[in-house]
Amino acid sequence: MIHLENVSKRYPGGQEALSGLDLDVEKGEMVFVTGHSGAGKSTLLRLIALIERPTSGQVIVDNRNTRRVKRRKIPAYRRQIGMVFQDHKLLYDRPVSDNVALPLIIAGVRHRDAIRRVRAALDQVGLLHKEKQSPETLSAGEQQRVGIARAIVTRPKLLIADEPTGNLDPDLSLEVMRIFRRFNEVGVTLLVASHDIALIDRLGCRRIALENGHLQAAEHDAWL
Amino acid sequence: MALTRNADAVAPVRASGPVSIWATRHASTSIGALGRLFRQPFSSLMIVLVIAVTLALPASINLVIQNARALSGSWDNALDFSVYLKRDLAVADAEALGKLLGQRADVDSVEVITATAALAEFKQQSGFGDALEQLSENPLPHTLIVRPGAGNTSASIGLLQEEIGNLPEVEIVQIDTDWVQRFHAILDIARQAMVIGAALLGLAIVVVIGNTIRLDIENRRDEIEVTKLLGATNAFVRRPFLWSGFWYGLFGGLMALALVLLGLHLLEGPISRLAGLYQSNLAVSSLSVEEGAAIVAVGVTLGWFGSWLTAARHMRRIEPR
Repeated sequence: MIHLENVSKRYPGGQEALSGLDLDVEKGEMVFVTGHSGAGKSTLLRLIALIERPTSGQVIVDNRNTRRVKRRKIPAYRRQIGMVFQDHKLLYDRPVSDNVALPLIIAGVRHRDAIRRVRAALDQVGLLHKEKQSPETLSAGEQQRVGIARAIVTRPKLLIADEPTGNLDPDLSLEVMRIFRRFNEVGVTLLVASHDIALIDRLGCRRIALENGHLQAAEHDAWL
Repeated sequence: MALTRNADAVAPVRASGPVSIWATRHASTSIGALGRLFRQPFSSLMIVLVIAVTLALPASINLVIQNARALSGSWDNALDFSVYLKRDLAVADAEALGKLLGQRADVDSVEVITATAALAEFKQQSGFGDALEQLSENPLPHTLIVRPGAGNTSASIGLLQEEIGNLPEVEIVQIDTDWVQRFHAILDIARQAMVIGAALLGLAIVVVIGNTIRLDIENRRDEIEVTKLLGATNAFVRRPFLWSGFWYGLFGGLMALALVLLGLHLLEGPISRLAGLYQSNLAVSSLSVEEGAAIVAVGVTLGWFGSWLTAARHMRRIEPR
C-alpha cells in the first residue's frame, strides 16, 4: 500500500527531516511510526498526503507514484486517503454531523446518501447521539473521534493519523486506538504516528522507529 | 461498541450525476453564503450600501441627462435654422432646392419662403410698409427654414449646416439658436463624463467587494486549509466566496434601484409644481424596466467579478501546512 524508496526531505535552510528512508506498508497492515518530535514522523505522513513532496526518492501509495500526481490532481488524490490530525482540525462553526459530512460534500455525494453515511460513520465511533452538537461542547476524546469519523466516512483504503492521541489521557488514547484497530480488522490500512510506546505495545502492531530522519528499527521487539 | 457493518457504510463512495451535483452544490453553497451575509447583518449592510450608492450615482445622473434631453427635445423648433439663398436664384430653383433638402434623412422638413412672401411679411410686421413701397426691387432673398430630423446630435446638425452652407445656391446659413446647440454640447459632455465616472465607480465596486472577500478569506483560512486537506479543489473552496460576491452585488443593485426610484418619487412633486408654473406638460421620465434590470445586472456582474478576482488569487496561495 505504501512504498518508500530512498526518500529524503530537506527543508530550506538545510535541515534534513528524512534521509534515505526505505519503508513498506502492506495492504491491510496497521503500522505505527514512533520517534521523538523532530524525528520525521510528521514529515513522513505529509509526504504521503502530498502536503509536501520529497527532495529525492520515490513515494508510492496504492501503486501510484506521488511524483507523477500533478498539482491539479492533488485534491482527487487526497480524497482517496483518510487523515486524522493531532488537533482534530474540526470546524467549530458547524455541528458534528456537518463536520463529518464535509468529505462527502467535497466528493459530491448526494445529500440523502451523505446523511446515511455520516450517521453510519458516527455510529462507528460511538457518537451518533451527539451529531447535532457543536464540536466545542465535546470532550477532547470525543472531538478526536469526530475527526476519525470524518476520516473514514468516505471509506478510504488507507488511513493516516498524526499523533491522534497526543492530547488525550491514557484511557481515551486506548479507546481511540481500539477504534483504529476495528477499522484495520475490516481491511483498512493504517499508518499512525505516535510516541506513546507503551500503548502501541499493548496493541501488538508493527512499529517503525524514526530517529533524525533515519529508520532506527523496524522490528516490534527492537526496544526490548 | 460493535462495528456496524451496514451496507451504507461499506459501499464505496459514489457520486450522483454530474449536472445534478453541480446544481445541488451551487444551490447549497449559495444559500450558505447568503446565510453568512445575514449572520453579520451590520457589516453586510455597510458593503451593500456602498455598492448601492456607487451604482445609484451614475444611474441617477444618467436619468437627469435623459430628462434634460427630452426637455430640450421639446425645443425642436428652436433648432430650425435659416438658409438665405443667392439673390439671383429663381423661385423655381429655390423650391427645387427646398424639396431636395427635405428628402435628406437628417432633415425633418424644409419650409420655402420666397422673396415676395418674405417682403410681404416684413411689410406687415415692420410697419415700414410705405417706405418699402418705394423700393424698385425686392432686397430680400428667397429663404429656406430647415428643421433637422430628431435623430441629430449637435455635431451632426453642425455638419448639416456646413454642408448646406457650401451649396452654390446658398448665400449664408444663419443659426439663431446657438444656445440650444451649446446646451446639447454640454449634455454630450455630461454624458461622456458620466460614462467615464461610471467606469471608475464600477472599478471602485470591484475593489470594495474584492477587499471584503479578501478579509472573508483571511477569516476562514483554517476552514479553507482543512477542506483542502480533505481533498477539496480550488474551485470548491472558491465557490462560497463567489456566491458572497454575487449576493453583495445583487442586494447592492436592488438597493441602488430603490434609491433611484426614491429620488424620482421625491422630485416628482417639485417638478410637477414647476411644470404647473410654466403651464407645460413637463413630466419626469422614469426608469424603464430594462434600465432597472440593467442596474441590478451590473451590480451582480461586478460583485461576481470582484470576488472571482480576489478568490482566484488567494485560493491558490492558501495551502495546508
